[in-house]
Amino acid sequence: MLAAAAMLVTSGHAFADAPAMKLAANHFTIAPGGYTPMKPTAGKGMPVDGAIGFQAQYSPNGEFALWMHDAILMPVIVAVTLFVLALLVWVVVRYNRRANPVPSRTTHNTLLEVVWTALPVLILVVIFVPSMKLLARQYQALPANALTVKATGNQWYWTYTYPDNGGFTVTSTMLKPADAIARGEPPQLGADNRMVLPAGEPIRLQTTGSDVIHSFAVPSLWFKLDAVPGKVNERVLFIKEPGVYYGQCSELCGARHGYMPIAVEALDRPHYNAWVMSHDGAKIDGGPSAPADATTPSAH
Amino acid sequence: MATTADTFQAHDEHAGHDHHEHKPGFFARWFMSTNHKDIGTLYLIFAITAGLIGGAISGMMRAELAHPGIQYLGTFAGWLGVKDPSFDQQLHLWNVLITAHGLIMVFFMVMPAMIGGFGNWFVPIMIGAPDMAFPRMNNISFWLTVAGFCSLMMSAFVPGGTGQGAGIGWTAYAPLSTTGSPGPAVDFAIFSLHLAGAGSIMGAINFITTIFNMRAPGMTLHRMPLFVWSMLVTAFLLLLALPVLAAAITMLITDRNFGTTFFDPAGGGDPVLFQHLFWFFGHPEVYIMILPGFGMISQIVSTFSKKPVFGYLGMAYAMVAIGVVGFVVWAHHMYTTGLSEDVKMYFTTATMIIAVPTGIKIFSWIATMWGGSIEFKAPMIWALGFIFLFTVGGVTGVVLANGGIDDNLQDTYYVVAHFHYVLSLGAVTSLFAGFYYWFPKMSGRMYSEFLANLHFAIFFVGVNLIFFPMHFLGMQGMPRRYPDYAPAFAHWNHVATIGYMVMSVSIVIWLVNILYTFTLGKKAPANPWGVGATTLEWTLPSPPPFHQFDTLPVIADDDHH
Repeated sequence: MLAAAAMLVTSGHAFADAPAMKLAANHFTIAPGGYTPMKPTAGKGMPVDGAIGFQAQYSPNGEFALWMHDAILMPVIVAVTLFVLALLVWVVVRYNRRANPVPSRTTHNTLLEVVWTALPVLILVVIFVPSMKLLARQYQALPANALTVKATGNQWYWTYTYPDNGGFTVTSTMLKPADAIARGEPPQLGADNRMVLPAGEPIRLQTTGSDVIHSFAVPSLWFKLDAVPGKVNERVLFIKEPGVYYGQCSELCGARHGYMPIAVEALDRPHYNAWVMSHDGAKIDGGPSAPADATTPSAH
Repeated sequence: MATTADTFQAHDEHAGHDHHEHKPGFFARWFMSTNHKDIGTLYLIFAITAGLIGGAISGMMRAELAHPGIQYLGTFAGWLGVKDPSFDQQLHLWNVLITAHGLIMVFFMVMPAMIGGFGNWFVPIMIGAPDMAFPRMNNISFWLTVAGFCSLMMSAFVPGGTGQGAGIGWTAYAPLSTTGSPGPAVDFAIFSLHLAGAGSIMGAINFITTIFNMRAPGMTLHRMPLFVWSMLVTAFLLLLALPVLAAAITMLITDRNFGTTFFDPAGGGDPVLFQHLFWFFGHPEVYIMILPGFGMISQIVSTFSKKPVFGYLGMAYAMVAIGVVGFVVWAHHMYTTGLSEDVKMYFTTATMIIAVPTGIKIFSWIATMWGGSIEFKAPMIWALGFIFLFTVGGVTGVVLANGGIDDNLQDTYYVVAHFHYVLSLGAVTSLFAGFYYWFPKMSGRMYSEFLANLHFAIFFVGVNLIFFPMHFLGMQGMPRRYPDYAPAFAHWNHVATIGYMVMSVSIVIWLVNILYTFTLGKKAPANPWGVGATTLEWTLPSPPPFHQFDTLPVIADDDHH
């Protein structure tokens, strides 16, 4: 499969880049003091025991999707289920043998049949509209100068490559449960090296696999994209605020499928830059020193 | 129908005695069988056996998942003969368990029980035919299924990569199932599907031929009982979907053993191609597993409401519509593989449309009961349970249909909850409903109504305890196919394991009930269900004679459903 990695092609559909965005005023600021891993906040970006809903969302698309689920889908499916249950209870009470000894012979009612065909169609239209809107948002074109980060799934760890920051690679392996607890991280979710990303700007996140299919998933960012060998998938990721957001491999990939977590640490730009500069040969993306690239003209 | 039925019954009871003399000996009867009822019985015994094995495997999984950490996998590996299993070998065993559970329940429990068991038993009788069109092909269909099951069992005892057995999931995604799993185990598992698939294709041909050509005089297509309609649609789905699976897994075999690269990007192949082929089969497959259940529920609801099925034509063509649309929605299983925006929009829309014919079925069952004089015998109680549980599983399907929402739910426990509500709680509940409905006919004895109701009550509580909390786990982000989990997933996993223990008690009660029926059960009359039971099987004695319909029944014009 190593040969496959050398033959990577971008997935069939072409992403048209949007025009370059204006970089933030502090885009090139480097926070003093280097990088120290952020302590995760309990209950933020991680599952909560006994919870019955989705994790709180920290991306605009995640907030929209969560709204769509909680405000449209849930009321609709609960109402439909309760309606069916109520009808079942009614026929059991009203049309049992004692209450109704002589059965009717009614077998057709055209109006009724039209209504229970048309009404579900109308309900589906109500779901259809925000559903298409959500998809459109998830496939929004990225600004040409958005930061690109590539996540590669391997048996059984992740590697994160930063081509715009000098091309260094971070290898991320699960912390042993005892080490995770010692570092104040949730067991089985904590990783030795996190995928550090800037908060508050769109990121071009690419995924691929080096051996079998893996899947890069972060529930609190409403993000899941398969890491397929021989193929690069790409999707926009926007993290609203700094924090640590955990996820786990979400495609069966062999024995240690359950032990290759994803730990995303979002930092503000100056602190992200400080993290970037702690690597050998690193540089800040989007700068005038970036190599000339026909498709991503500098914003300056 | 009543008039023809009565005259016919009288005829058959008279003729019955002759036939008992012509029964073949034990070996010829059960190992070389060409009788649709005997083959149906064989299928049911096989499906129950496979189901108990598949159910025991889910017990092993629920035990392991009762608490975070790895507790029992080492012990289980010892049972399979692995001495001092390494940590990776234990984890591999987990993947073997999920693979075996899925394949057994789909190919060796639900399909043999519904199609092979009840289909074989009752399709010929319900259309007034003496047997299936190709009795010997019927026999080989059954024994190929048994051979397939043996091949799957053998795969657990040979090397499969990291450990012993095939740990590729029932979906067998490449490259995990090709370069990712050296050793013969995966070949055995794939061969198992080849055999079972060949058996099912022959079965499908048999059903289509029988239903099209062997209906009794007057039994037009639009007078067929809905169970026969459901089997006809199912048989077409099998005939069109299974060859695609056969092609896909044959390509897996050649990729694994003969140097082809259909799914290997290093040779110009594409791992996602396998998923398209698999789900082009796999999505119709889920309707293959539920449509016969729809048919059984229609018969049962009509029988115990003492009313013909409401909107018979709508019900029949809703199944046809589900079957047709079921072929063009497959990529909703692949929303996160990197599909383009347009593709996701199409599959989202097409998938949601399936809710419409499904809704027609639910509402028509309720309308059948409406105005009826319902008798709450065990099959009817199971049917009511089915309608509710299938609705719960159906509405979460509408949630998952949305490509953008599915980005968070794909491959989580929410999906596990969804498909177990429609299959484990839907298809299996309909199987139990059908079992209690037809068991008096098949065995000639009445089961215990009390035990059947107890079975239902405990099963209903148990399965809901297992699977409802899985919605919560999935929304919180717990991925599928994990032997171990973060402590934050502990609570609902523990509840689910308790649910399994409750459910397993109900299975014991069911087995006791079968034992009771054969030992102490009262003799069943030809029609134990009264005036509502209008289909032809209730015109025959219980059990039916070895050969039925020496003179074909004539279906009267006034018959309607």
